[in-house]
Amino acid sequence: MMIKLQAKDLTFSYNSHPILDHVNFQIAPGKLVTIVGPNGSGKSTLIKCIDRITTPKGGSILIDRKDVTKMTRMDVARYLSYVPQNSVRVFPTNVFDTVLMGRRPHIGWMGSDRDEEKVWEVLRLLNIEALAMSNFNELSGGQQQKALIARALVQEAEVMLLDEPTSNLDIWHQLDVMNVIRDVVKKKGLTALMALHDLNLASTFSDRIIMMKKGRIVAAGDPASVITAENIASVYRVEAAVKSNSDRPMVMPLKQIREAQA
Amino acid sequence: MTDYRAFFHGKPEQKLSRSRRVKKKSQMEEAHEKFKFVRIFFVLSVLGLLVLLIGIIITLGPLNISVSEAYSALLQKFFPAYFQVEALTSRVVWNIRFPRILGGIMAGFGLGMCGCVMQAVLKNPLASPFTLGITAGAQFGISTAAVLGVTILGGPYLLVGNAFIFALLCSMIIVALAAIKGATSENLVLAGIAVNYFFTSFSQLLKYFASDEQLRLMTNWGMGDLAAFTWTNSHLLLAIFVICFPLLMSKAWDLNIMTAGDDTAKSMGVNAEKTRIFIMVVSSMLVATIVCFMGTIAFIGLVAPHMARMVIGGDHRFLIPASGMLGALVLISADAVGMNLIAPTIIPTGIMTSLVGVPFFIYLMMKGKRKEFWT
Repeated sequence: MMIKLQAKDLTFSYNSHPILDHVNFQIAPGKLVTIVGPNGSGKSTLIKCIDRITTPKGGSILIDRKDVTKMTRMDVARYLSYVPQNSVRVFPTNVFDTVLMGRRPHIGWMGSDRDEEKVWEVLRLLNIEALAMSNFNELSGGQQQKALIARALVQEAEVMLLDEPTSNLDIWHQLDVMNVIRDVVKKKGLTALMALHDLNLASTFSDRIIMMKKGRIVAAGDPASVITAENIASVYRVEAAVKSNSDRPMVMPLKQIREAQA
Repeated sequence: MTDYRAFFHGKPEQKLSRSRRVKKKSQMEEAHEKFKFVRIFFVLSVLGLLVLLIGIIITLGPLNISVSEAYSALLQKFFPAYFQVEALTSRVVWNIRFPRILGGIMAGFGLGMCGCVMQAVLKNPLASPFTLGITAGAQFGISTAAVLGVTILGGPYLLVGNAFIFALLCSMIIVALAAIKGATSENLVLAGIAVNYFFTSFSQLLKYFASDEQLRLMTNWGMGDLAAFTWTNSHLLLAIFVICFPLLMSKAWDLNIMTAGDDTAKSMGVNAEKTRIFIMVVSSMLVATIVCFMGTIAFIGLVAPHMARMVIGGDHRFLIPASGMLGALVLISADAVGMNLIAPTIIPTGIMTSLVGVPFFIYLMMKGKRKEFWT
């Protein structure tokens, strides 16, 4: 099997409190992989460790067999792009300039027509060209998310990391943004790793799902094998009905499981 | 509205945009080209305005010198064979007015520029060069020199040298504190405020025990006055300026990205914390130099970047020079007004800057249609 992105024994702790506990996984090229898990399970930390936004305490991350932990920050930015959860901008910036920032790993001080061309190309691809001169802060949540995805795309990295791209969006925009992500992954031949809260969105859009609990991977594989009533009961402590919708499991949470306190 | 329609009609987003795509493309790109033109045009016109203003201010002053005499005095320095003026006129124009204007331009430029980069790295629209405690440090340096007689440099730089060294010391303490604890913008702002209060209290303590003569010395410094800019001092400032300006400009792209937050900056290859410390160190060098000669004019560093941002947006390749030139523009015009309003009495520049600048800034603030005042 070809491997695009691999984590080996990835460990991270905060004040000697382990957040990631020897995480291992391999992702094949061109796949859209989603990390799910309860709050505090280490989803976002894992994404940030992979992009070296936070420095892992141990282990290694390999892209095309090259060790990310030994690269310069600028090189990491050429291999990995990152779509943050939300980006509060203190000073107003228009969408074009926001997206242009993604060219930083490639751009010279003057900037070139080619860089601008890339930005227009991606804006057109995501259908947000009309917003190019609008203030980023005045966009709707879904539009902002698309602009941030556009910014990651102009970075031209082969692996894209996304942190909760659908948080704070209504269901129409959740589907909209997820469709955009699935489309660009396919069109650009990217490999994507995404942290996500919503199990049903994860199930609908992912090729593979990684389920985490307390910094460890407890299940991984295709959606049908990971999103099961048993896994949800043990990881989320929720009793859920899982139904199949065109081969994709759909979760309906029923009630909390309150185990007896020892 | 669009979303609602879209929900009931399948996939309208594609339908809507496909029909308009060709037209929209050229429109948006044209709008962007126009925006880029406005940006360059603005920077150039502020530069033009600045040159024009120098030309006007050189002819103004308490001593009655006519316009042609003033220019003759200037040109005489370059073409002594063709222009003759009285020695006094020549001295006033060349040795007093001209260095004062040049010093004022560099000081205003420096304050505006440093305010701009500090607001960017601290992600805080209220940040100014003085957030880092430079004023408090400088004032403390003056107080120790005046009251305790403790000075580090002697001679003509007795007070100024102390102000410079303590200003720099103060900002280095803040940068060091933040670096130990993690150079986040919050840590820097908090450390800045704390150290500011600390040094201010020390100065007040010294003031409490000071004699009348010492008090006068302490108060006179710090009103913000361009009178200190002689040729020697202007050259000194120019030397520091020539080093700092390119260093700050070289970080323009990183500054653009830093305003989007540290995580984003890191993901694009920018070491946020290192860049923050670098910017702080470079700009406190420059601001300490300005402040030790001139005293504090906090208003320019705070407001010039906002004025520039209102017009040309957030690209620091243009924003840094535009903030600087606007700072220079405000400072030398306020100085000219202060010098000539109730001549021969000269109103200190710092007082005049705020008196003229604040109403103007409030006007700009109110004029903006949007919620965020700096747009």
